[in-house]
Amino acid sequence: MSRETIVTAFLVLGLLAAPFVAQAIGEPFYITLATRMAILGLAATGLNIALGLGGLVSFGHAAFFGIGGYAAGILATHAFNGEPLLFGLPGTNQMIVIWLAGAVVAGIIAALIGLISLRTSGVYFIMITLAFAQMIYYFAISWPAYGGEDGLSIYVRNGFPGLNTLAPMSFFLISFALLAAGLVLFALIRDSRFGAALQAGRQNETRLAAVGIAPFRIRLAAFILSAMLTAVAGALFADLNRFVSPSMFSWHMSGELIVLIILGGVGRLAGPLAGAIVYVLFEFALGGITEHWQLFLGLILLAVVLFARGGVMGMFAGRARHG
Amino acid sequence: MSLALFIEQILNGLQFGVMLFLMAAGLTLIFGVMGLINLAHGSLFMVGAFACATVAAATGSFWLGLVASLAAAAAAGAVVEILVIRRLYERNHLDQVLATFALILIFSEGTRWVFGSFPLYLDIPALLSGAVRLPGGAQYPVYRLAVIGVGIAVAIGLYLLIGKTRLGMRIRAGESDREMIAALGIDIGTLYTLVFALGAALAGLAGAMVGALQSVQVGMGEPVLILAFVVIVIGGIGSIKGALIGSILVGLTETLGRFLLPHAFALFMPPSDAATIGAALASMLIYIVMALILAFRPSGLFAANA
Amino acid sequence: MAEPILEIRDLRKSFGALQATDGVSLTLLPGEIHALIGPNGAGKSTLIHQIAGSLKPDSGDIRFAGQDVKPLDMAARARLGMGRTFQVSSLAPEFSALRNVMLAVQARAGSSFRFFRPVMRDTSLTEPAREALARVGLADRADIPAAELSHGERRQLEIAIALALGAKAFLLDEPMAGMGPEGSQALTSFLATLRQEAPILLVEHDMDAVFALADRISVLVYGRIIATGTVDEIRNHPAVREAYLGEGA
Repeated sequence: MSRETIVTAFLVLGLLAAPFVAQAIGEPFYITLATRMAILGLAATGLNIALGLGGLVSFGHAAFFGIGGYAAGILATHAFNGEPLLFGLPGTNQMIVIWLAGAVVAGIIAALIGLISLRTSGVYFIMITLAFAQMIYYFAISWPAYGGEDGLSIYVRNGFPGLNTLAPMSFFLISFALLAAGLVLFALIRDSRFGAALQAGRQNETRLAAVGIAPFRIRLAAFILSAMLTAVAGALFADLNRFVSPSMFSWHMSGELIVLIILGGVGRLAGPLAGAIVYVLFEFALGGITEHWQLFLGLILLAVVLFARGGVMGMFAGRARHG
Repeated sequence: MSLALFIEQILNGLQFGVMLFLMAAGLTLIFGVMGLINLAHGSLFMVGAFACATVAAATGSFWLGLVASLAAAAAAGAVVEILVIRRLYERNHLDQVLATFALILIFSEGTRWVFGSFPLYLDIPALLSGAVRLPGGAQYPVYRLAVIGVGIAVAIGLYLLIGKTRLGMRIRAGESDREMIAALGIDIGTLYTLVFALGAALAGLAGAMVGALQSVQVGMGEPVLILAFVVIVIGGIGSIKGALIGSILVGLTETLGRFLLPHAFALFMPPSDAATIGAALASMLIYIVMALILAFRPSGLFAANA
Repeated sequence: MAEPILEIRDLRKSFGALQATDGVSLTLLPGEIHALIGPNGAGKSTLIHQIAGSLKPDSGDIRFAGQDVKPLDMAARARLGMGRTFQVSSLAPEFSALRNVMLAVQARAGSSFRFFRPVMRDTSLTEPAREALARVGLADRADIPAAELSHGERRQLEIAIALALGAKAFLLDEPMAGMGPEGSQALTSFLATLRQEAPILLVEHDMDAVFALADRISVLVYGRIIATGTVDEIRNHPAVREAYLGEGA
């Protein structure tokens, strides 16, 4: 077994065990913390498909995270007050339907954004994805139907067949299962033919074209998949907080998702999860000491970028290897 | 809708545009010369505003505040360049994005620590506090006209600086060939610090001038930063001329869109709906314009080194 | 006479005042090695870029495998069977040699939108790739990342990729550049066998290799082809001796 596999297994199993330990010692609050790690890890795993495998530095993934969140909020609101949503279709409070709806909408929006932004590269791509996410952010603020600037409350957490989602442990297990599924999906894509083309395009675009594979279509597909996965995480995040607001679309959110990946290790299977665990722990530990914890987070990030390249996975599992 | 109101909106758009230009010029210069994407440029805008508000409150003089804003932002820029930024020139864009994102956290939270969460207020100086009559009869604040004037003066100044001076020649040489400039015996490190500080000073100036129009608070630079990104993407990264034209375009589109779209929708729908939809669409308008421009010119209108 | 696999007619390209390609016409016939020689700055690379699709000509025609390829981009031309190697090796540096070749096998099969089956366990990719590596003599270097291969090995790897593509013609841009004398000799004898696979347009500075391999040689000077002919014709061509070999008339 490689070191990478061991570290990955340790992180995944550790996250799974944490809430049970928390429950045993009577600290249920930590279950919520672990749920947060799982959800942010899933969101960043989605981004890792585009950024880690494809080298597409999307600074606008908050758009998809927020679309997932609003899918949960809007569908739940319509289910709650019984008004039809669109074309006479009702809302729903079934998580599975909400995840699908969020993923589909995010996929469509990602296709539109990708069609324009993937024609560019480098710093243009970064700024354009940022700008499109910002456009959606301002739209959410100025559209009053779903709370505008104030956001939208989800009065009862959405349901899942056979589980009481209000119990923190049940909701954690749902989130963890989706994270696990997301990680499996990421690993499959990474090792597949599609993943080979995607990674080759990051390493050397000319080489990919010279064997006859057009980089654009590969990247567009990766961008869409990446957005869909991040949107599912967004829907979970909304249910975790039972609240959505335009801040899910904010560029700080996009930045945070990138931060998670860099903290953990770019393009590594467990990188986003490692980043999410470290980030949530920082936030919790520093937040307990000072209300200005973001200042120290900034200093730590700066140190990671300048001096500790490769993130957590780089530190514990060595350099990445490609078959 | 009267002619006076329309002229007023155009002037507002111009004023917003030149303010964006002060931000975008620095960003595009830094990218063109050093190849660096600097997210923390909005923080320098904020530093300028806070410096101006603090010094103006202490001394009672807006003008001293303005000088302080230039000095503080330039100094902050130079320090940041020397401590952090110069380690990033050889790094990829991802590292640059992350490091400058970290700088934003540090600047914002540091400012909040020192000044607290309550906004500061900055008064318009007495000299510029009046209004002038516009054709059509409306009154327009002198201060906003002065902002437009400053923006135009800076644009001319930059044009002369880059086109006609030794420093400008070095900047242009640095854009095209780093090795050549080193071979000419110019200390490239000092040149980069200087360019960065210049960009920072422009951002600080913009922050100080805007501070008198709205409240001075943490995070005030971020919306402006993102619009400045839109500006340089539209104008072509690295091009000062593109930054100028992009700024005016974005400033006018943003202002006139907010003003005209609700009126336009009111022609064929109930006024309350028109206001809602018009406002929502107006907030998206510049991004739609950006998307259209990029669909036809993926590297902007005046791409300098595409 | 057989139909040419590649036919270029009156191709022109200028950069500002510099006429880099000035009315070039040439053909590549089935089974031949056609060498393109010329002094530095004659416009050889510019020409190759236009043929491969990484540079747009101002005017003129490029037909490949019976088709007008001018509207096609680089990837589309590669799919038609242009097997190109680069003057400066262009590989996926983090991938092993094997995975670099597998990419070509996968591209040839037209199957890049498969998301679930791991490529390393897919013998329909690994087998042909190993075969191509073996043919260029890189079988025992299959698992080394491309970035860690030697200069000569990277050139061999590029040829293996072109082989795995099942190219209808090879466009080799200075394959001998930077190779030691032994490497050049080995590559020369390999290219002699490669021509049975598909014709080769060979841009090369190494005159020993060119004279040993080429059926026809074209001489490019200042963007123009000043002579095309057999090895002997070119050796004795007065204009060539003057312009290229630098001899006084």
